[in-house]
Amino acid sequence: MSATPTANTAANTSLFAKLWYNKENRSIIVQILAALALLWFFGSMVLNAVHNLEALGKGFSFNFLEQPASYDINQHLIEYSSRSSHFTAMMVGIINTLLIAVAGIILATVLGFILGVLRLSKNWLIDKLAYCYIEFVRNVPVLLHILLIHGIVVHSLPKPKQAINFADTTFLTNRGVFMPSPEYLPLFKFVVAAFIVGVIFAWFFRKFAKGLQEKKGTQLPVFWVSLFSIIGLPAITFLALGQPVEWDIPELKGFNYKGGMVIRPEFLALWLALSFYTAAFIAEIVRAGILAVNHGQTEASMALGLPRNKTLNLVVIPQALRVIVPPLSSQYLNLTKNSSLAIAIGYMDVTATIGGISLNQTGREMECMMIVMAIYLTFSLIISASMNYYNKRIALVER
Amino acid sequence: MNNTENNISATGRALGDSTIEIREMHKWYGEFHVLRDINLDVKSGERIVVCGPSGSGKSTMIRCINRLEEHQKGDIIVDGVELTNDLKNIEAVRREVGMVFQHFNLFPHLTVLENCTLAPIWVRKQPKAEAEATAMKYLERVKIPDQALKYPGQLSGGQQQRVAIARSLCMSPKVMLFDEPTSALDPEMIKEVLDVMIELAEEGMTMICVTHEMGFAKTVADRVIFMDEGQIIEENEPEQFFNNPQSERTQLFLSQILAH
Repeated sequence: MSATPTANTAANTSLFAKLWYNKENRSIIVQILAALALLWFFGSMVLNAVHNLEALGKGFSFNFLEQPASYDINQHLIEYSSRSSHFTAMMVGIINTLLIAVAGIILATVLGFILGVLRLSKNWLIDKLAYCYIEFVRNVPVLLHILLIHGIVVHSLPKPKQAINFADTTFLTNRGVFMPSPEYLPLFKFVVAAFIVGVIFAWFFRKFAKGLQEKKGTQLPVFWVSLFSIIGLPAITFLALGQPVEWDIPELKGFNYKGGMVIRPEFLALWLALSFYTAAFIAEIVRAGILAVNHGQTEASMALGLPRNKTLNLVVIPQALRVIVPPLSSQYLNLTKNSSLAIAIGYMDVTATIGGISLNQTGREMECMMIVMAIYLTFSLIISASMNYYNKRIALVER
Repeated sequence: MNNTENNISATGRALGDSTIEIREMHKWYGEFHVLRDINLDVKSGERIVVCGPSGSGKSTMIRCINRLEEHQKGDIIVDGVELTNDLKNIEAVRREVGMVFQHFNLFPHLTVLENCTLAPIWVRKQPKAEAEATAMKYLERVKIPDQALKYPGQLSGGQQQRVAIARSLCMSPKVMLFDEPTSALDPEMIKEVLDVMIELAEEGMTMICVTHEMGFAKTVADRVIFMDEGQIIEENEPEQFFNNPQSERTQLFLSQILAH
C-alpha cells in the first residue's frame, strides 16, 4: 500500500495533471473556459445583428430620438405635442409607466394586506368571501382583467351628456372621471406652511414622547397627536383662512367635459386591474407570513400581560414582515412589468410610446427594444435593491 | 379551610392566604373531556409540582390559570380576580402570573434585554432605564448578564430558558407557572435551569411546576399532585407521595419513572 501514493505522485507531475487535478486550479480553468464561450456567443450575436442591419441598409444609431414624434399622447404629465421629439415621447411614456407602477403598488399593497387579514378572520363568511375573491382573481390572466375592467368602464358608463353626476362637481363618463382641479389662491401658502409645521411638530413630539417614556414611563398617544398635527392643523388653517382655493369645475362643452382634472378610462382600467390582480397574490403572502409566526410567540406575549393589539404590533407583525418582504418585492416587480400590458387598451406607457409607435414610425426596432429593456431593467433593479435593503435591516440575527 | 394549621407548609414555612383557587373546574376540547372536576387551592409561597403521564391534562390545567386555555365549568380565582370572559380581568391576571414554556418562546427579533423589558415598558409603563436596570438584576440572578445584548438565536437552550425565567420575573409576578421547563433541554443544561428554579423557590416564590424531574419535586415541593386522564388522582407531601403512594395508578407511574 505504501508504494501506491508514491507511484501516483510520480505520474501526476505532468503539467496537465498539475493543473487539472488541483481543486483550485481546476475551478479557475473551468471559469475561464465558460467566460470565453459566453463572450464568443454574445460576440457572434452582435456581429450577426450588425451584419443584418447593414444588409437592410439601417446602421445603428440613436439619432432618431431627436426627430419629431408626430403622434399624439392623450395623457401627458409634461409638455408634449405631436411636434415634440421621440425622446420627449419616451419621457412621457416613462412617467406614465412610473405613475401606474407607483399607484398600482400602493393600492395593491393596501388591498392585499386587508384581504390577507380578512382571510385569517374567525368569521366564516368573511374568510370564505376573501378566499373566493383571491382564488377567482389570481387564476384568471391579468390581461383579461384589464380588458374586462376597460370594457366595463367604456361600455357601461354613460356618455358625457348622460354623465353620472356627483354634486355637480364630479362626473363619471365613458371618457373618464372628471373632477374639479384646485387653483391655489395666495393665502393657500399658509395652509402649506401649517402642514410643514405639523410634520415638524409631529416629529419632535415623537422624540419627546420617546424620551418621556424612557425617563418616566408615561405613554402618550403619539399616533393620534401626530395624525391631528399633520392633517388637523392644515385643515383648521384652511377653514380659518376662508378656504383659499378656487375650484376649476369641469363643464360639458359640446361632446365632452372641459376643465378640471380627468382620470382617463385607460388609466383607471389598468390601475384597478393590476392592483386587484396583484392584491390577490399579496393577500396570500400576508396570510402565509402571519401564519408563519409560531403561536407560541402570541402565547408568550399574552402570558406577559400584553393586550392583543400590542402583541400584534410588537411581536407578531415584526416577525411576519421577515417572511412577507422577499415575496412581496417580487410581486412589486411583477406589477411593474405587467404594466406593459397597457398597450392592449391604449394606455401610453413606455412600451406603447418608444416601444410601439416610435418603433413603428422610425423602424429602429433594435434601438427601441434596447431602450425599453433598459428602462424596465432599471425600474426593477431599483425596486429590488430597495426591498433588499429593507429586508436586510429587519433580518433575524442567529449565531 | 384557612385555619393556621393549613398555612404551614411541609417544609415548615409559614404560608400566606390562597393565591389561586380552582373549584370544580371542567374543560372540554369539543367532545373530549380533558379536565374533570379539578379542585386546587394554592397558598402564597407554596410550591407545587404536578406530574403524571403525557396527555393527562397537566399542561392544560396550568394553562387555564392564566387563561391561555378557557375552562367551561367551575371557577378559577387568581389573586382575588375571577377568570371570566372579561378581557380586563384576564390581562390583570396575566400581569401577576408569570409563565415559562417548554420551548422558551423568546422573541427572536428582540435582544435578550429587550425581551426582558418589553412587558415592563408596555404593560407596567416603567421608564426604560428602570426596566433595563430590573432586567439586568434578574439576568444576573439567572447568571447571564453578559448575554444581555445578544439575540435568543445566539444562545444555547439552557441559556434561553434562563432568559425566559428572567423575562417573567421582570414583571414581578406573584405566581410562576412552569410548563415542563426542562423537557426540551440537553441533560447538562437541565441542571442549570433547575438550579435557578430551586433558588427561586428558596426565595419564597409561589410556584406551580409541571415537570418530570422527580429530584426537583423531592427537594423543593410542598405538595406533589399526580394527574391522570384529566383528574387529580393523588395529592400529598413529597415524602408521603414518593414513599407511600395511595392509589394503584400512582404506584404504577412511580415504579415506571423511578425504575431506571
